[in-house]
Amino acid sequence: MRARIVAEGIGKRYTISHRGNRYRTLREDLMSAVWAPLRRLASRGSRPTNTRARDEFWAVRDLSFEIADGEVFGIIGRNGAGKSTLLKILSRIIQPSEGRAWVRGRVGTLLEVGAGFHPELTGRDNVYLSGAILGMSRREITSRFDEMVAFSGVERFLDTPVKRYSSGMYLRLAFSVAAHLEADILVVDEVLAVGDAEFQQKCLGRMEEVAGAGRTVLFVSHNLAAVHTLCTRAGVLDAGRFVHYGDVEECIRSYLHWGDESASAIVTFPPSNVLGLHMTSAALLADSRPATRVFMGAALSMEITFVCDPPVQLPYIGYTLHGKGGETLLNVNNRYQASTPYPSPVRSGLLRLELGAVPLVGGRYSISLYLGDVATDTHVAEHALVFEVIERDLWGTGQVPPSEESHMWWPTTFHLLPAREP
Amino acid sequence: MAGQAADVTIGAPSVPREGSTFEIGRDRGLPTLGIRELWTARGLFGFLFWRDIKVRYAQTVLGIAWVVLQPLTTTLVFALVFGRLAHLPSDGAAYPAFAFIGLIVWTFFSSAVAGAGSSLVEETALLKKVYFPRLFIPLAPVAVALFDAAIALFILAPALVVIAPPPRLVPVFAVPLFLLIAVAACVGVGAALAALNLRYRDFRYVIPFLLQGWMFVSPIAYPTSMVPAAYRALYALNPLVGAVEGCRWALLGTPAPTVGMLGASAISAAAMFAVGTLYFRWSERTLVDVA
Repeated sequence: MRARIVAEGIGKRYTISHRGNRYRTLREDLMSAVWAPLRRLASRGSRPTNTRARDEFWAVRDLSFEIADGEVFGIIGRNGAGKSTLLKILSRIIQPSEGRAWVRGRVGTLLEVGAGFHPELTGRDNVYLSGAILGMSRREITSRFDEMVAFSGVERFLDTPVKRYSSGMYLRLAFSVAAHLEADILVVDEVLAVGDAEFQQKCLGRMEEVAGAGRTVLFVSHNLAAVHTLCTRAGVLDAGRFVHYGDVEECIRSYLHWGDESASAIVTFPPSNVLGLHMTSAALLADSRPATRVFMGAALSMEITFVCDPPVQLPYIGYTLHGKGGETLLNVNNRYQASTPYPSPVRSGLLRLELGAVPLVGGRYSISLYLGDVATDTHVAEHALVFEVIERDLWGTGQVPPSEESHMWWPTTFHLLPAREP
Repeated sequence: MAGQAADVTIGAPSVPREGSTFEIGRDRGLPTLGIRELWTARGLFGFLFWRDIKVRYAQTVLGIAWVVLQPLTTTLVFALVFGRLAHLPSDGAAYPAFAFIGLIVWTFFSSAVAGAGSSLVEETALLKKVYFPRLFIPLAPVAVALFDAAIALFILAPALVVIAPPPRLVPVFAVPLFLLIAVAACVGVGAALAALNLRYRDFRYVIPFLLQGWMFVSPIAYPTSMVPAAYRALYALNPLVGAVEGCRWALLGTPAPTVGMLGASAISAAAMFAVGTLYFRWSERTLVDVA
């Protein structure tokens, strides 16, 4: 397998301005050009100028990797992990501060749909313009024009200025141009996250086609399901470095579980001198492992350790589950739902709460915990456990339940039956 | 991960150095124009040029007529103010014709420099999303301004011959040569200003001011012959002196600019071109970081 991209120690450094992120003015640069040599002269010998290190920030660093011909490489990582910086370096938009890379063939960059679209121009003109900006020749665009237009479904409005398009039409046309880009290497950043579900599905299909045709693709996405289906290899970026690299499944698993060593997955509570029951730790588990990110549909459970003075035989534990806006979705307690008490009073113990597959849609959730005796809650920990549900195509339809307006999906059996006789 | 990195280092030379392989890294040393890359992507330049033309006349009633109307009205004002009221000399040609040629060149130069100067700032969003030879961005407004000047000349030059018949047969075909001086100068100045403007937004205010001053030191409303002979060589370091006086000679039959003056203008234009475009290319390395 011949290499398409080889990177050696790629790094990108940014200098952080102390005066905020505003534009430099000529006066400041002129002044610093005048004063810098004098200042250096004045400080000579007194102390090494070590102040620079603090002002620097490496968006990516020490990235070395190789991507072979025909590979579909996924890059996973949180916001600010350096994914976009890496893509921009590989598509020559920015130059790295250190390191080198070799890229064989034409690179098509899709960091944004509609790059180069001009609102005053018609759909037809914009197809040509955007195609040219993305690197296609006039002949290539002409030969694929019908295909692009058919894909977008805006044939009727081709001679209308795109400023009169609905945002959906605009995105369709823009993506169509991008999707038919003739390039040896495609660099794709989240462009699939546009349009309605049907169109997204179409885009994913198109990506699969491109990948299947032996084109090399670099693919950044938060949509782990898409990464899972499309990519042949992946890398997990954190703070500008690959923390995991290689097998897609392993990368996704490492991304979902990483940070679990940190206090967020297992919460510990400081000891208290208040009498009664007191939690010492709490953990959220997904498929029996501590996690702060869980796949949609994963079986959730909680483990809570507690101490109590005086000893009790039946601790009462409750929890509330809160949605993105803090709304209470569930309120569960073994005061309402019976549980078997300890055989004899205990001074400490472990409570395991099995929730099963809670049908949550994608998003952030939190759990508040309440521990007490039959009369009162002696220890309340509000929003103690915070976790994120990662969307997944559970039913293989290529779609996930919308996460904006709702918190839950519900596994429902659908029966499509003939009409009832009157 | 350490093991991965080691493998890759060994693999690095395995990327064949074909014509299509390019190396990504931090460019150091002196910049080059990158002519080969510009040539390969020339189709895109055509599209950018065509876009600017189309966009400019989108939703206008008069459309391309503005190309002619603009210099025509300015010529009228000049003829009134500087010709009739101030009685400025015009080297033997009719003053309106004299001013018209100067204004065509000036309008080209100033709109090209202003357009190029603000071009990068206007395309910031695009710069951050896709790579293509960036020099095209300031070059497109220059091409558009040149297109306008050509149209205005073609439409109005015949009228000139009727209104102000030249005293002798004129070397019309030398006009592009003189215009080339102005083109070289405004490409250099425009590219440099484009890069500076992106880095220091101060230039948004500097550019109009600079152009205003530039017009006063160019022979637009008045002839070079009004400048004291001793200062003419220095004066001709303004490339527009050679360009404007050359065009007047070639179209109106006014006295030819001296070889020394033409040489000074041409050399100074070449210097502006080289310094401006190379500064742009040097600046390009960190352009998106500061955009």
